[in-house]
Amino acid sequence: MGVTRLLQSLAVLLAMSALVYGLMALMPGDPIDLMIAGDPHLSAADALRLKALYGLDQPWGERYLRWLARLLHGDLGYSRLYAKPVAAALAPALLNTLILSSTALAVSLVLALPLGLLAAWRPGSMADRAINLFAFASLSLPTFWLGLMLIALFAVQLGWLPAGGGDGASALLLPAATLGLAGIGQFTRHMRAAMIGEAHHDYVRTARAKGCSPIQVVLGHQLRNALIPVVVILGLELGGLFSGALITETVFAWPGMGRLVFEAVMGNDFNLALIGLLLTTAATLTGSVLADFATRWLDPRVRRP
Amino acid sequence: MSQLRVATLLLAGLVVATILGPMLAPDPQAIDLMARLAPPSAAHWLGTDELGRDLLARLLAGGRVSLIVAAATALVAAGIGTVIGLVAGYVGGRADGLLMRLTDGVMALPLLPLLIVLAAIDPAKLGLPGRVQASEAFAIARIVVIIALVGWTIVARLVRAATQSIKARDFVRAAEAVGVPPFRIMLHHILPNVASPVVVATTLSVGNIILVESALSFLGLGLRPPASSWGNMLTGAMDSVWIAPSLALWPGLAIFLAVLAFNLLGDALQSAIDPRQGHS
Repeated sequence: MGVTRLLQSLAVLLAMSALVYGLMALMPGDPIDLMIAGDPHLSAADALRLKALYGLDQPWGERYLRWLARLLHGDLGYSRLYAKPVAAALAPALLNTLILSSTALAVSLVLALPLGLLAAWRPGSMADRAINLFAFASLSLPTFWLGLMLIALFAVQLGWLPAGGGDGASALLLPAATLGLAGIGQFTRHMRAAMIGEAHHDYVRTARAKGCSPIQVVLGHQLRNALIPVVVILGLELGGLFSGALITETVFAWPGMGRLVFEAVMGNDFNLALIGLLLTTAATLTGSVLADFATRWLDPRVRRP
Repeated sequence: MSQLRVATLLLAGLVVATILGPMLAPDPQAIDLMARLAPPSAAHWLGTDELGRDLLARLLAGGRVSLIVAAATALVAAGIGTVIGLVAGYVGGRADGLLMRLTDGVMALPLLPLLIVLAAIDPAKLGLPGRVQASEAFAIARIVVIIALVGWTIVARLVRAATQSIKARDFVRAAEAVGVPPFRIMLHHILPNVASPVVVATTLSVGNIILVESALSFLGLGLRPPASSWGNMLTGAMDSVWIAPSLALWPGLAIFLAVLAFNLLGDALQSAIDPRQGHS
């Protein structure tokens, strides 16, 4: 089963690369047109020669295959926007996104898991309903607006934190809070649903019957099983966190992957945009494969054929 | 008050305000450079923006566009998803395998970056005449199509699962036995029975679509000025956040309330048709 999943993921990645390569050809302007626009000394003959040199006069399919062959040889190409090899432009952005996403994820989980537990303690109670409303609010917040509001409050009005750029922990605080708060709703709802789903199982009744306290039943028995679907969601969200960071990164000028891909697409930097998008897709796919393996590893019942 | 009632009231309020509002409020496009970033007053209830345009009027006009786009997108996406789910579930076999691989593939794609690439496509390279490209209807149709193209997967899966369980039922078998053609069976016998999960999923999707559309417009890729949408109003507000931090408050609040209303409505509908989920 694992091998099939991996092959399927590779097929999706390949299809995505062809799709994006094709879409790039439909974007306004091509690299040589941009060169002509930037250099008045280029003549029409020069442009034709350059197109032939870069293979831009070839049909789309051939260009794609040649690009793929170069990619498989480890040649990612050169970023026009950043004037350095694509790998060198991507590496720091990748690290920055990892820092931002993992901090945000930690913020989400630290708040969402206890909230979900509390809501599931007595379904329908006042606490449950309040937490439910809070979760819905978090789900319904536009991330970029939350970011703007936090900037308006903490950077403009109070002047406590930088609105963006810079480095160090203070620059990370606002973007991580934005991304983290936006994720709380989903995790809270999943945690609550998973806990309630477990409550009706026989093992819970057995644990109660043998005299475990309610807290022991919930934390020692129910929680362990309820965490399995939550871990799956976590895996599925991994990719979402990666690409969802795009907006937060743009609002806070955080130099991460999302912003890099956005700028590359907008700035006609095809090489960088292609690799960036493929990396983001790969992250999404990895997340769902990891979620699969995590389930099998955590839950012995799934392993049985 | 029940969740259903709160959501319906909130939605009704928004719809009425965005339909009636533009008739009563001042012209949302009227620029008054002498009254830039004015505070709320009798003439401008919420004040003016960075070009002196009335904020409330723009909010209502933008809301109309945002809600129309979201509703149209949700319907188109639900339509695509229903057709794919029906065919996959009813025909089965190789068609099912192919369509579900496609669904899985689309689900695995990173949504926002892909939407950005789709939105950045030059319509001239698709051979559209310039007059069409410049029209506001095209801008709206474009964003609807782009989001619907990636937003149909959940409905497709739901419809497929429901179709599979219904096609084994006696009334479908009976229809097949008397020779009703497959198309008619799908349309008249199966579709009415899968409608309620589709309605719930579509309602729940509207909120997300509003969020995605506003994010794209915010990035400058959705609806473009001078047409106002809640998303692109925030682009302007972001540029003036240092001189007028309160400008960003209202459009975002409007998006938040609209999304919240649709999410609450969808959730209430879900627990109404399937009481086992939700408040168990």
